[in-house]
Amino acid sequence: MIKKIYFQSIFFSFLFFKEAFAAESGGMPQLNPEFWISQIFWLILTFGIMYIVLSKFILPKISNNLESRKSQILENIEAAEKKRQDSEAKLKEFDEIILKSKNEAKTIFNQTREKALKDISLKKEVLDKQIDDEINKAEKEIDVLRVSAPNKINKIAIETSSELLEKLIGSGVNSSSISAIVDDLSKRNGDKYYGN
Amino acid sequence: MAANPMSQFDVYRIGPEIKVGAFDISFTNASLFMIISSVSILLIFSMGSKRNSVLPNKLQLLAELSYTFVAKMISDTAGSKAKPYFAFIFSLFMFVLFCNMFGMIPYTFTVTSHIIVTFILAAFIFIGVTIIGFIKHGFGYLKLFVPSGVPAVLLPLIVVIEIISYLSRPISLSVRLFANMMAGHTMMKVFGGFVISLGLVGGWLPLSFSVALTGLEILVAFLQAYVFAILTCIYLNDALNLHH
Repeated sequence: MIKKIYFQSIFFSFLFFKEAFAAESGGMPQLNPEFWISQIFWLILTFGIMYIVLSKFILPKISNNLESRKSQILENIEAAEKKRQDSEAKLKEFDEIILKSKNEAKTIFNQTREKALKDISLKKEVLDKQIDDEINKAEKEIDVLRVSAPNKINKIAIETSSELLEKLIGSGVNSSSISAIVDDLSKRNGDKYYGN
Repeated sequence: MAANPMSQFDVYRIGPEIKVGAFDISFTNASLFMIISSVSILLIFSMGSKRNSVLPNKLQLLAELSYTFVAKMISDTAGSKAKPYFAFIFSLFMFVLFCNMFGMIPYTFTVTSHIIVTFILAAFIFIGVTIIGFIKHGFGYLKLFVPSGVPAVLLPLIVVIEIISYLSRPISLSVRLFANMMAGHTMMKVFGGFVISLGLVGGWLPLSFSVALTGLEILVAFLQAYVFAILTCIYLNDALNLHH
């Protein structure tokens, strides 16, 4: 009920307004030609001045600003790209230097090793020679000793046996007969003692 | 008087009557708002282009966004050949937009709600576009009225229709803007009148309508300026790039 009254009142007020307008207005002011010339004149004047100022002074400036910003950004990007390339090249150089020095170190190491090995082998050879010499010397000495040893032993054996015989028998024995026996024995057992 | 929704469109003299010969070019409220719109456009864009920093401030951003917006609109609809007419279309768009927007402030006058103003703009565009078309293509511009791929029987009819549609361009362009502005402002005034007449009891409903209409009208104010500018671009495109 309240709603109905509400909408009815709106409707009636609209009707009332329409009558009021119809009574008051003499049509659209837009169609009254009284100020047409004035409007045309002021439109051309204001719009023309605005157009001239905008096109001659303001718009070129804005376009300039936009262009310069664009070019600046592009320049910055270019510079950054150049820097990046530079740093990449530097990095490559650095890598190369490291590789080179590594190789150098390797060759130096190899060279030193070879040298050391050569030295070692040379020294070894010398030492070997020395050792061989010593061995030969010792062998010669041994040979000399080996040759002289039976004689000495025989001598000792003759002396000992003559002394023993003296003690046992009490009188001196002919040393030449004893030496003959010892020689004979030693000749017989020579192979046994020396193995040759 | 104030209750009449059409009284907001009244033009009245401000200051003395100025006559040049038989013509009355007195300064009126319409002239005042034309000047206000132009001066605000010039102020905003001159301040927006004064300093050139890589990181723009608000006004500079506004100016540059408007510039790129209009530039993109023109290049999208009329191609790169329309570049010399950029300044004109930019001024046109801004002028119509500012006049529409200033009209949205209560107790102001809407310049574009007058048929004579929109018609002069549209007629200027029409004549200019036609001249450009004839300069660019000579009498070949008349091929605009003869679409290709139409059967010979229909051709006389089509040509007549094309000519009528071409000649009605300034009328449709001007009436579209004028009617939109006038209708919107009249409607707002009517609903505002309802708020007063229905008082505290019934005034809330038209008030809410009024609020919604204000938003709608601001949208329409922008949209009509955009439509006006983009139609100009399309007409220019017809003159610059003859497709038929």
